[in-house]
Amino acid sequence: MIGITDASLSFGALRLFAGLSVDVPRGRTTAILGPNGRGKTTLLRAILGFQAMDKGRRHAPSIVGYVPQHGASQVRLSGLEVVTMGRAARLGLFGQPGPEDAEAASAALVQVGACHLADLRYDRMSGGQRQMILIARALATGSDALVLDEPTSALDLGNQSRTLSLIAALGRTRDRAILFTTHDPNHALAVADDVVMMMPGGAVVQGAVAQMITPDLMAELYGVPMNWVRPDGSKRRIAMLPEFTGKDAL
Amino acid sequence: MSAALDEAPRRAWLSLRLGVFPAMVGGLALAMLYAISAGRFDVPWTRIIEILWARAWDLSGNPEAMDERIVELVRLPRVLLAAMSGAALAVGGAALQGVFRNPLVSPQILGISQGGAFGGALAILLGYHGVVLLGMSFVFGLAALLLVGLLSHINGRTEILTVILAGMIVGAFFAALVSVLQFIADPNTSLPAIVYWLMGSFSTATWARLGLAVPGMMLGLVLVWALRYRLNLLSLDEAEARSLGVNPDRERWFIFIAATLMTGTSVAVAGVIGWIGLVVPHAARLVVGDDHRRLIPASALLGAAYLVVIDTFARTLTAAEIPLGVLTALIGAPVFAVLLRQHFRRAGAG
Repeated sequence: MIGITDASLSFGALRLFAGLSVDVPRGRTTAILGPNGRGKTTLLRAILGFQAMDKGRRHAPSIVGYVPQHGASQVRLSGLEVVTMGRAARLGLFGQPGPEDAEAASAALVQVGACHLADLRYDRMSGGQRQMILIARALATGSDALVLDEPTSALDLGNQSRTLSLIAALGRTRDRAILFTTHDPNHALAVADDVVMMMPGGAVVQGAVAQMITPDLMAELYGVPMNWVRPDGSKRRIAMLPEFTGKDAL
Repeated sequence: MSAALDEAPRRAWLSLRLGVFPAMVGGLALAMLYAISAGRFDVPWTRIIEILWARAWDLSGNPEAMDERIVELVRLPRVLLAAMSGAALAVGGAALQGVFRNPLVSPQILGISQGGAFGGALAILLGYHGVVLLGMSFVFGLAALLLVGLLSHINGRTEILTVILAGMIVGAFFAALVSVLQFIADPNTSLPAIVYWLMGSFSTATWARLGLAVPGMMLGLVLVWALRYRLNLLSLDEAEARSLGVNPDRERWFIFIAATLMTGTSVAVAGVIGWIGLVVPHAARLVVGDDHRRLIPASALLGAAYLVVIDTFARTLTAAEIPLGVLTALIGAPVFAVLLRQHFRRAGAG
């Protein structure tokens, strides 16, 4: 439903990806995984059409529900007003949002469970609250393609959990194509079906989460060993940082 | 927790907001009434209403009595022109601030006013007045804006600091060109005309001049008003706006052209009156918030009232008329200084 075909992008000698094809079909959730600074957000922007590529085609519906990492940060409007902006594509150049747009925005707020934020001023909200508003705005567009840039990276543990559970629920309730970036393999494991891994050195590998997120590949991806544990009663393993004794450092 | 605590003052604030627009309309009406009555020949406001009421029922007759002539032929067109210019300059500033996502830009900071001044001065030098002067003000105002856009667009990005610096460069360049025109102008005829025109004044306001200015200003005001919700979207981050189906690169130009139309027209009929587009939208923002659906009408009403009052002070404080640009700068410069400090303090904290 949304993706790129045979795409390449380099900045000088730095190769971000070459000959890469990514497609997120309806009903699947894909995570773009990689270390900081590897170009996850740039790949996302290329898929959205905000970043010109050296080569390649992109395919996407005309309207995509996009959740930026830091959206609307200076906007002194109410939560509901920010969500209503998601209806902009339906309004036209001189259009004003009407009652049906406010209704759609309220419905989106209900969907993300953030009705209590409708009248709060956006610029006074916490990071977690803003995240919910921006996700609701993406839903208010009515698009079945959802793209989220680092939806969890600035959030505390509680808000990470809330956001991930919302992403999982959104993927399940309708045949949506969901694409998000993250640097935490556990978050990809928690909600994604497929993963696109941006390896150090310019290679990009992809596949189903269960096959791709293995201790070996993760050690290669991040350049450090990790402990993999299977919580009691769980079917999957999660990555944990090793115990630091302080003896190996320096 | 904080939501519950906020509730009571928020309601009070909301009800205050609902009453804000009638208060602004009333304030503007009072300012205009005061402006028509004040001056060397004092006309009581009851008499003004009497004269205007009579005129409203009989548009054909000519004013005969002294006070009728002063009200209808001198002060009313002047007050209306000041109100229109104030609204146009303030709305132009508010719209540009929305597009640039920065409360510190204005037609003057971006060099539009100086470009318009050059166009107007060139027209006077060449012996043109009226529509040609107006057209040249608009064209050179737009040229200045284009130059600022080109200069500040670096590596596909437009940083706000670069825009302000480019605006200063372009503004200074056109100001220098105006000096060149003054230097080569005939000291007996065109030079005084250029100098008086540049100082900014409504003293030459007539119904004919008002008729010349109204179409351009109205067109700009209506265009910005029609785009008021779009301005909310244009004030988002560029990628964000695009993802919502907005085409910022294209739609911005509607705002630029509207702002230049209003600024250019106002410069053409009344010279360069700075600072309105900076100070008034900021004041309006304090009262009604950032939503352009409220900010645009509030800026129009406050800008109109502000310039009507300033113009009345300019012609009544001393025996000779004080140039308008002097008064607006005396108030505007300190306000801009405070704005600048606030802005960078907030940016630093955020």
